Amino acid sequence: MATSAPLPPVPGAHSSTDTVAAKLKRKLVSLIQPTVLLGPAGIWLFLLLVVPTLMILELSLIPGFRPGEPAGAYGLGNYTKIFELIDGQPIYLWVIARSVLFSVGSMLICLFLGFPVAYWIAIMAPKRWQNLLLVSFVLPLWTSSLLRSYAWITILRPTGVLNSLLGVFNLPPVDILNTQTAVMIGLAYNYLPYMVLILYSSLEKLDQRLLEAASDLGATPQQGFWKVTVPQTLPGIAAGCLLVFITNLGDFVVPELLGGASSMTMARLVYNQFLGATRNWGFGSGLSMVLILGVSIAIALLLKYGDQKAEDF
Amino acid sequence: MAQTIAKNLPTVETDTKYDVELHNVFKVYNGETAVRGIDLGIRQGEFFSILGPSGCGKTTTLRLIAGFEEPSAGEVLVRGKSMVGVPPYRRPVNTVFQSYALFGHLTVWDNIAFGLRIKQKSKSDIQRLVGEALHLVKMDSFARRYPAQLSGGQQQRIALARALVNQPTVVLLDEPLGALDLKLRKEMQVELSTLHKELGVTFVMVTHDQEEALSLSDRIAVMNEGRVEQIGTPSEIYDFPKTPFVADFIGETNLFEGYVESVDAGLMKVTTQQGLSILVKPTAACNGSTSDPVVVSVRPEKIQVTLDAPGSRINCFEGRLIHTMFLGTHVHYVVQLLSGDRVTVMQPSHVNGSVSAEAPLYIHWAATDGLPLFTQPPSH
Repeated sequence: MATSAPLPPVPGAHSSTDTVAAKLKRKLVSLIQPTVLLGPAGIWLFLLLVVPTLMILELSLIPGFRPGEPAGAYGLGNYTKIFELIDGQPIYLWVIARSVLFSVGSMLICLFLGFPVAYWIAIMAPKRWQNLLLVSFVLPLWTSSLLRSYAWITILRPTGVLNSLLGVFNLPPVDILNTQTAVMIGLAYNYLPYMVLILYSSLEKLDQRLLEAASDLGATPQQGFWKVTVPQTLPGIAAGCLLVFITNLGDFVVPELLGGASSMTMARLVYNQFLGATRNWGFGSGLSMVLILGVSIAIALLLKYGDQKAEDF
Repeated sequence: MAQTIAKNLPTVETDTKYDVELHNVFKVYNGETAVRGIDLGIRQGEFFSILGPSGCGKTTTLRLIAGFEEPSAGEVLVRGKSMVGVPPYRRPVNTVFQSYALFGHLTVWDNIAFGLRIKQKSKSDIQRLVGEALHLVKMDSFARRYPAQLSGGQQQRIALARALVNQPTVVLLDEPLGALDLKLRKEMQVELSTLHKELGVTFVMVTHDQEEALSLSDRIAVMNEGRVEQIGTPSEIYDFPKTPFVADFIGETNLFEGYVESVDAGLMKVTTQQGLSILVKPTAACNGSTSDPVVVSVRPEKIQVTLDAPGSRINCFEGRLIHTMFLGTHVHYVVQLLSGDRVTVMQPSHVNGSVSAEAPLYIHWAATDGLPLFTQPPSH
């Protein structure tokens, strides 16, 4: 390091030692910079995400582990238990299937409700109103999802707002609280703003001249929509759908509060294993790992699909 | 509305030798008039250019023909049929867009086939026509590529093929070469011209590049501030501009503003605001009588420079050289006259090698080399 003494650099007269020192220094800086910038968040993530996940992974490999009991030998019992039949029914597989169904259902509701809204805000609404409209759509996100779910209880319960309204129009009351329908409504309500935001940003970037070109080539506005608008915004549609699907899959509050006994999902099942009466932490960990795997696959799809599309444009 | 206008028009007016006609077309956007009363007749098979500075309304005019805009007043006809109320997708015209507007999610092949598929042509027809179109623009081997994988010039060719494959009555080109670099632009100009001759289809091109318009077009409409200033062949526009704007916009020129002092023996004597007395031959369009305000346009290449005082030549003025620009084949001089006028002179570079800034010099031109123009464009 003696050669790298702080001599003022002489233009056009670098000695070889100087360049070596400069190289070393650059290398050091390039190592330190990311460490300083990413370090704090990295430690946070490592301690609170990576380590716990590894602990869960370990627990998942101890069949039937319960807190306070001696740990048994390692094995895959927690994972095979998922396929277990109870009264001739694969009830844990049903739970997984139900979670996926809820996620897909709410995703589709978000897409079909969200696309027209995003389309209208991005393309048809006056430019100066766009931000206000978006903010008003995102506003519900500023209240906690727990409160929003309680609000849905007051709407959907037998004596709630919905049935009062139906009564005004002399329609028969409906009882959808504590049903799977209620879960899907609640999920869709919670995640619609995300869908609208993502679709908006995709539609907003849509080059209107492409629609003129389609029209010029003989496409009616409907044909232009299906042949240009939809394919051009497909990456956005995919991103929105996958994001809603992923977040739905792990949602606990909505199925717990609105779903009742008939709507056991993976998140609720995991909760029951850890904090419920069964206290089967091993099985809960196994289920968690399956959930993490499912979400990871969805995220991988999202990244891959997004990247592929990015190359084309 | 559309039908009534079409029905009420006498059939004589819809002359079928025109592919596109604009009758007194106006277009107002949010209170701003982009196009103010345009009359145009574009003949079948011609290469017609609409030339003008940015904001002159030329692109709006093209969009009115394509159907992206509806005229606020007046009428657009294609092959004698009124286009009022006809949406772009039912007009027999196709556009090559300035930014190409290729579909990024489709391959080159699918881009070109887009229009044919909409028209539900048979698979074999599409196969054949797209293949021919690709061949026409020399892009046969690029069918499977995506637009983002092509250079600007290649995208330009695909945009052309995508328009031509539909066999439109009229091809509209919106600054088709504007985004290309100079060399590529020259190449594409030749190709556009060749394509036009091969296909015999009517081309309507919008451009702000006068050289492009002059070299490619059969006829040019020069637009300014929403109006057509002049329509004519390139040489008519260049040699006989009808308005000072056209004279100034097309090529380079020296404009002397003044009024007619007298008309005598077939020559008009114009006194300029700076006090120069210019003799010029009146034209059919501008044979003004005494005290009419006129502008005399003299092209730089029509002016001669001499070092010795010529005897009794007409239009001969003394001045001093203030700037020289060597342009290879030509030399560009800026001469300041005693009157204060600055005159641009263009000479082949082999003459006047000894012109210097020190000595006074003289410029002169013949009475037939100047062109008198009325200051105001002739009113409709």
